[in-house]
Amino acid sequence: MNGTVAVVQYNAGNIRSVVCALNRLGIEPLVTDDPGKLREAGRVIFPGVGEAKSAMEYLDSRGLSKVLRELTQPFLGICLGLQLMCLHSEEHDTPVLGMFRENVLKFPPEDKVPHMGWNRITGLDNPLFAGIPEGSYVYFVHSYYVASGPDTIASCMYIRPFSAALGRGNFFGTQFHPEKSGAVGQQLLSNFLNLETDPRTRKE
Amino acid sequence: MLTKRIIPCLDVKDGRTVKGVNFVNLRDAGDPVELGALYARQGADELTFLDITATVEKRKTLSELVKRVSRNLNIPFTVGGGIKSIEDVRVLLESGADKISINTEAVHHPEKVDAFAGEFGSQCVVCAVDVRHNGSFWEVFINGGRTSTGIETITWVKELESRGAGEILLTSMDHDGVKQGFALDITSEVSSVLSIPVIASGGAGTMDHFVDVFTEGKADAALAASIFHFQEIAIPDLKEYLQQKGIPMRIIDQQEQ
Repeated sequence: MNGTVAVVQYNAGNIRSVVCALNRLGIEPLVTDDPGKLREAGRVIFPGVGEAKSAMEYLDSRGLSKVLRELTQPFLGICLGLQLMCLHSEEHDTPVLGMFRENVLKFPPEDKVPHMGWNRITGLDNPLFAGIPEGSYVYFVHSYYVASGPDTIASCMYIRPFSAALGRGNFFGTQFHPEKSGAVGQQLLSNFLNLETDPRTRKE
Repeated sequence: MLTKRIIPCLDVKDGRTVKGVNFVNLRDAGDPVELGALYARQGADELTFLDITATVEKRKTLSELVKRVSRNLNIPFTVGGGIKSIEDVRVLLESGADKISINTEAVHHPEKVDAFAGEFGSQCVVCAVDVRHNGSFWEVFINGGRTSTGIETITWVKELESRGAGEILLTSMDHDGVKQGFALDITSEVSSVLSIPVIASGGAGTMDHFVDVFTEGKADAALAASIFHFQEIAIPDLKEYLQQKGIPMRIIDQQEQ
């Protein structure tokens, strides 16, 4: 592995926002869908805005599903990226990549859906949140959510309590958009870039 | 708890902010990038840039501006004005905009709402709707409020939602610029019939007007321009006040930005 930060290129938007956020931290990422370059990168970010089924079809058609699942460096999924890392999504009944043990559910229509705007995250339980105060506000846009489970490392409340972030081994994911979450989001991205990669410190 | 959003709006022409903005502590108050960054530091929850550049050639300055904004801004921002094609949207999103806003074009070609949402996702499609009460119903107006359409507002916003709009930016033309408060009735009605968020615009003059639009008006977000630009109301003071009134607000430590 080298020092590169790779951003996975695929058919689900907002890659530019993530690149800009990394630029603000002094990083020029490599946007790529090349399996070799992804395997070599020191860090991989998997952004996403869009819909689960077409995203999975795209990843499968390019042989990326297996590549992503087998990566061993610190890996961060954002929004749809996080949802694609779960076991199954209710969005068009789609089996997803399965790095996390949770499932993706649709918000019941008891309030406005999507959950759009700034909300507080609590139960921050991972080095990913170093220096981020409990109850900080971050920016969400999503209609599907991941219930709390064994891999939950941060929680949020909207209609239901749900996972604001997941972590398992080298895999991390945030339901919110750190690239659009002000200083808090920048701190999280910076933490991710500086995560200890010694496997003994990984949460299993 | 999901907070209510405060959104300053900047009118931009040929890459510069238009209305006289009297911020004394800016090197260049005409620079949308610097002004946007200042609002972000003050706790604005999002920003909206409305491009009123008249000519197509000069619109190229917009994507350059969006690139500069996105390099400097760590909160979501929307760009509106003259967007007609999937290619227009693509250029703005690839330049770093998070959402685009359409208005007149949606009335002329409603199928473009489906097309934009299908191509880029509903989350980035904001539909602006300008309305005025015509004596018998709330009517939709286009072309910056100059042209009536005969379309009834509730019917129209429901159609926009079903076509894939991600948010509605609702402006009451009778209230806009008068500073006598938002149009609470129609805002509340629109918010109640939709599942997607509603941004209220037009009429903000006092901090209590914001209280009203978030309670009685049931708005999810409120957008304003001149009261922020002329510092009649400072965003940190406004958010503090709203929070004291029991409205969920994202209050930030200004040092942290």
